[in-house]
Amino acid sequence: MKPAALLRALFLVLAFGLASAASAKTAAPAKKEAPPADPNETCMMCHADAAAKGAGGKSIAVDTAVFGKSVHGEMQLKCVDCHSDVSADKLPHAEKLKPAACSNCHEDAVKKYTGTAHAKALAKGQGMAAHCHDCHGTHDIKRSKDPASKTAFANIEATCGACHGNDKIVAQAHLPGGNIQVKYHDSIHGQLVDGKTVYNRAAPTCTSCHGAHNIQPKSEADSRVARAHVPDTCGGCHQREKTVFEKGKHGALQHAGNAAAPVCIDCHGAHTIQRASKANWQNAVVGACGNCHDDKITSFRLTYHGKVTTLGPATVATCASCHGAHDVRPAADPLSTVNSANLLATCRNCHPDAGAQLVSWDPHPQPKNKERSLLVYYTNIFMEFLLAGVFLFFGLHTVLWAYRSFRNMAQRGKSGGH
Amino acid sequence: MPSSVTMPMGQAASRPQTAANRYYRRFGLFERVMHAGLMFSFVGCALSGLPLLFPYTGWAKTVAALMGGFHGAALVHRVCAAIMCVVFVTHILQFLWIGLAKGTLLSVLWGPNSLMPQGKDIVDIYQHMKYFLGKGPRPQFDRYTYWEKFDYMAVFWGMFIIGGSGLLLWFAIPLSAWLPGWIFNIATLVHGEEALLAVGFIFTIHFFNGHVRPEKFPMDMVIFTGRISDHELREERPLEYQRLVREGRLAAIEATPPAPGAVMFGRIVGGTALVLGILTVLLIVYGLVMR
Repeated sequence: MKPAALLRALFLVLAFGLASAASAKTAAPAKKEAPPADPNETCMMCHADAAAKGAGGKSIAVDTAVFGKSVHGEMQLKCVDCHSDVSADKLPHAEKLKPAACSNCHEDAVKKYTGTAHAKALAKGQGMAAHCHDCHGTHDIKRSKDPASKTAFANIEATCGACHGNDKIVAQAHLPGGNIQVKYHDSIHGQLVDGKTVYNRAAPTCTSCHGAHNIQPKSEADSRVARAHVPDTCGGCHQREKTVFEKGKHGALQHAGNAAAPVCIDCHGAHTIQRASKANWQNAVVGACGNCHDDKITSFRLTYHGKVTTLGPATVATCASCHGAHDVRPAADPLSTVNSANLLATCRNCHPDAGAQLVSWDPHPQPKNKERSLLVYYTNIFMEFLLAGVFLFFGLHTVLWAYRSFRNMAQRGKSGGH
Repeated sequence: MPSSVTMPMGQAASRPQTAANRYYRRFGLFERVMHAGLMFSFVGCALSGLPLLFPYTGWAKTVAALMGGFHGAALVHRVCAAIMCVVFVTHILQFLWIGLAKGTLLSVLWGPNSLMPQGKDIVDIYQHMKYFLGKGPRPQFDRYTYWEKFDYMAVFWGMFIIGGSGLLLWFAIPLSAWLPGWIFNIATLVHGEEALLAVGFIFTIHFFNGHVRPEKFPMDMVIFTGRISDHELREERPLEYQRLVREGRLAAIEATPPAPGAVMFGRIVGGTALVLGILTVLLIVYGLVMR
């Protein structure tokens, strides 16, 4: 058996066109030891050599030390448990092997994976799409609990980012959303996971929202990030916000199946979520409200609040300051913060000394709308006429004066000076 | 001197040489300090306020950042507004003091030494326009021309409009105990529009009339040195000149020629305001186009 194995190994190595020195080294451990009790030894006769290469020139080396420390190594799995199309009786094995058969043990995970965007892309021949080993590794697979694991909480961003944070791959494979890793990394979620300033083990990483094996694009109805499921997905952690959201107008619209109803990500963004207390974010969210309430933003921009939020960065009233954030309600609703009974209290959130008359201030003035306020309407017309009159008269006056001055200069020039 | 351009041809040669270096005092130190205070606070208010009028432009963020961001600009705006208020109140007090203490209130309110628009100004406007078109002689002006009176009256009106609305907005919350909220909508509207009017007017029309027009280019130093040359007084304000001669007061206001240092100071300070103002107008035009 031993010489036969040695011969086979030598034959294999030579057939693969390896240097003779390397082949001697490969053979060495096999020479010393007794017939392998562990069937992995048979494989290692070829694959233990760090320089071993297949016919295609690709390394076929397997680091036994790394494998030994992997979860599969700890469980003393045999190579053939995963590479189940290799048989010790038929060596050398075929040049091209089937992918490792994860489903032999992980039937459930593989079942979830089948039918996902990754699996579909792979089936379509896009070899770049993530397979089990792209996220979990190969011979070095570790339990997710192990901080060194590719699927450990703190490493998931980098694991997904290997593709979704690689501009080349993003462009080549047309990955949706562009370079998501850079967006996510600077978001409040990414920063909490990154833990440079504050660390929160409960903060979401990619898989928290997208799932792990069952990742589906948002266009799929069963996706965790499909619009209809976003409140549930975010509400997994932000339960209080979800409850409040459901009580407001937006939540009611969403519940009624209105596809245009805003969900969490429409105001907060998906991967770019910022801490809500940041002035920059508060100012930017006005634009998000404006995606639907365009006319309200136009009028808001005419006020001091609206101008300062555009100029930024400073903390002044934005939409949410008066309308609330998650439970936006129409003004007619007695519970609304902008219901006439509650207006003064709403103003006093920021202006505790506000007089009772302040409520007649219009936070959405429309100077061109006669119905809204006659006074604003006519003041605006007066100012427009004043400006137009002054500039027209003096504009003409200046042009004529300049004309006369230059004419005089030209005439003086012609008459040869004094 | 380009200002000689305005002279009728015949008189140039006959003008006595001795008058070439003769100067008269047109503005006292008080008036010049008032103008300087107004100029400084006006440019300050314009530069610190315009970012909020055009917050959507890139330059607004840059200009605000130069003043330490939004809060810095807001502080500059209020400090300059306070200076402007002081200038205005001082002016009113001086006006009353001259009027009441010296008993000359009438001459300040009416007549050739007054900035009050009068019938002659209407005629002057008409005749000046005719002159521009080459259809008549240049009208004879007195101490204050109609465009100077308009400048003054525009600022006077503006003080109430922009100052009043500005104070309303500054103290909106405490004032809301007495005033209805809608008044602050009016104040915001008026403050912004009047700012456009004032800034647009001063940095184009006033600059042209007072400074950069060919006869004065690049600027008229009279508001910085207080002195007007004999020849300028005769040419540009003949009625005042004749009046002073008639009343025998010309010798009393004769002054030394402006000191080179004072002229240099005026050129630097006034030139800076001129450049900043013209730059501001370009930024406003850009902001209006981008709206």
